[in-house]
Amino acid sequence: MDLFLQLTFAGLAIGSIYSCVALAVVMIYQATDHFNFAQGEMAMFSTYIAWTLVGLGAPVWLAFLLAVGLSFLAGVAIERVIVKPVENAPVLNQIIVFIGLLVIFNAVAGWIWEFTIKPFPSLFPADLGFKSTLIGPHHIGVIALTLGVLALVFAFFRFTRVGLAMRAAAANPDSARLVGVSVGWMLALGWGLAAAIGAVGGILVAPIVFLEPNMMAGVLLYGFAGALLGGVSSPGGAVLGGLVVGVLENWVGQYVPGGSELKLTFALILIVGVLVFKPAGLFGRVVVRRV
Amino acid sequence: MRIKNLLAAGAAIALLAGTAQAADMTGITDTTIKIGNTNPYSGPASVYSVIGKTITAYFEMVNEMGGIQGRQIDFISLDDGYSPPRTVEQVRKLVEQEQVAFLFNTLGTPTNSAIHRYVNAKKVPHLFLATGASKWGQPDKYPWTMGFQPTYDVEGEIYAKYVLENIEDPKIAILFQNDDYGKDYRDGFLHGLGDKADELVVSMLPYEVTDPTVDSQILKMQESGANVFFNITIPKFAAQAIRKSCEIGWKPVHLLNNVSSSVGATLTPAGLECSTGLITALYIKDPVDPQWHDDPGYKEWVGFMEKNMPDADMTDVNYAFGYNVSRLMHHVLDTCEDLSREGIMGCAANLKDIELPMIMPGITVNTSPEDFYPIQSEQLARFDGERWVTFGEVIHAGSR
Repeated sequence: MDLFLQLTFAGLAIGSIYSCVALAVVMIYQATDHFNFAQGEMAMFSTYIAWTLVGLGAPVWLAFLLAVGLSFLAGVAIERVIVKPVENAPVLNQIIVFIGLLVIFNAVAGWIWEFTIKPFPSLFPADLGFKSTLIGPHHIGVIALTLGVLALVFAFFRFTRVGLAMRAAAANPDSARLVGVSVGWMLALGWGLAAAIGAVGGILVAPIVFLEPNMMAGVLLYGFAGALLGGVSSPGGAVLGGLVVGVLENWVGQYVPGGSELKLTFALILIVGVLVFKPAGLFGRVVVRRV
Repeated sequence: MRIKNLLAAGAAIALLAGTAQAADMTGITDTTIKIGNTNPYSGPASVYSVIGKTITAYFEMVNEMGGIQGRQIDFISLDDGYSPPRTVEQVRKLVEQEQVAFLFNTLGTPTNSAIHRYVNAKKVPHLFLATGASKWGQPDKYPWTMGFQPTYDVEGEIYAKYVLENIEDPKIAILFQNDDYGKDYRDGFLHGLGDKADELVVSMLPYEVTDPTVDSQILKMQESGANVFFNITIPKFAAQAIRKSCEIGWKPVHLLNNVSSSVGATLTPAGLECSTGLITALYIKDPVDPQWHDDPGYKEWVGFMEKNMPDADMTDVNYAFGYNVSRLMHHVLDTCEDLSREGIMGCAANLKDIELPMIMPGITVNTSPEDFYPIQSEQLARFDGERWVTFGEVIHAGSR
């Protein structure tokens, strides 16, 4: 029983990171209708920026906020400079641009910071006033912060004018344009927000897996699985999907015979399964398009 | 086994007999010996390129001192970026255009795997490779390829011997990377445990390089009640495993594979306090270990480094590796009477108790026509919170 609880809590903790990445994936999907394969590498790069700031003597929370802010600006810039020119190009061109971004970020990070692993400080105090062998203070912080980000995203879309404009731009670009919404800038904003949320995910995962250029590769795959499971059009669903994938992954590892070898396979089966049987995910809207 | 030995001996004789008929003197003249090499001077493994640089500096020094057997060494070291297709391209260039006499210390397991068959088909000696895989010692199948350092399975067997002799009632957990490297270590270890393996190993779990963490494996191993943990992981996952077991208060005898024994790259990120008490196996004298600072071999190496590579970071053990393997190659060429390809291969396969300056005392190079594993002993060391401290006797393995 003890092991069951431990695995479940460890799964929730790592799952909340998948959630963060899934949330970022959903943000971009909402804005552009595509998966951004470079999402993980962008998050990794943001984490290196935070790491550099910490190395320069910044307190870790300040480094966190600065890195998230810089990532937002970088996300906007990437949309303006690199993605916009291929906006109306075929899907395949766009995907190739995303994969190119992935390789570039990975190689540049390796070139600047080398491939050796680096410890990254936790944002949360090591002592929360109680002790538990089930879950560490960092893991509690990760879950709390992820839920906080989700709440912010929800509030942003629900209660702000910009959020409303973004939803309008994604749902019906032509009408949105007619009522005065700058659709192009809404897309850039979506990229910025996604980059910022990805940065949060990267900075949360780094203390657990150590910082290195390939840090996000595995995480992104599980993040995709989470996003698909929850529904690529539902931020809340993506977060729940991430948590479910994290926990299921641990349970499969323990309770399915030979499961330790199947953890990755399991994530892939989940991706394929959802795409085949319920493409909108558990909480996503089914989009009907007039052809 | 006997028959196999006989066959191998027969093959060696045939090889010697072949020499008498038509010696292949490609790459060797009365004044030069041409040697080929590939190293990752770019790409993800470029940290190892200091080995290629050390060998280059070594042969430059040898040439200044008059060469080997009156011949100058023409050492051609090309960049393969640790990418197997480029290794193939570069090695073909070395063999077919440059016409080197042999290949020496080509670096990497995947890269050497890509040229393994080619060089054996071409009958080009492929000597003292910089990789720990066990497949470089098959003289019956690949008579032109020979490794250098202790292989992963030899090291695994050494840990098994230590466990059997020193730990009462061992219950063993094994975490291994699910590929050739991890399985080499694991199989060597299980082989070393012998018949008792099934009974002693209570938990054996793999991980994939793409897994974000190994946390859940560590939780399961603790639950299994193991008191010995053999940790077969690359630095990232080694650091995770060390930190996680420390966090959850699991304190087994923790055997860490040499691959991840770097204090800077693994133990410091994992936390030096959590790393205290780890055990690993070493065979090179660690340049930062003060116990060697009066040792003649160490002084010889420092002399070489200060004169020929003054800007090098002397704490990097790869410089010592490069120096050791260069000295061994020098010895083989210097003492070899027949400098044809067959002759050089024969000399490399007849080394007895060769000591190298930066290899620990008591560990020597031994080869024979049936034994293409030059180094098969290691010395255990325990991490004291600052550095690795050697203990016990040199352990010999290699019963396979």
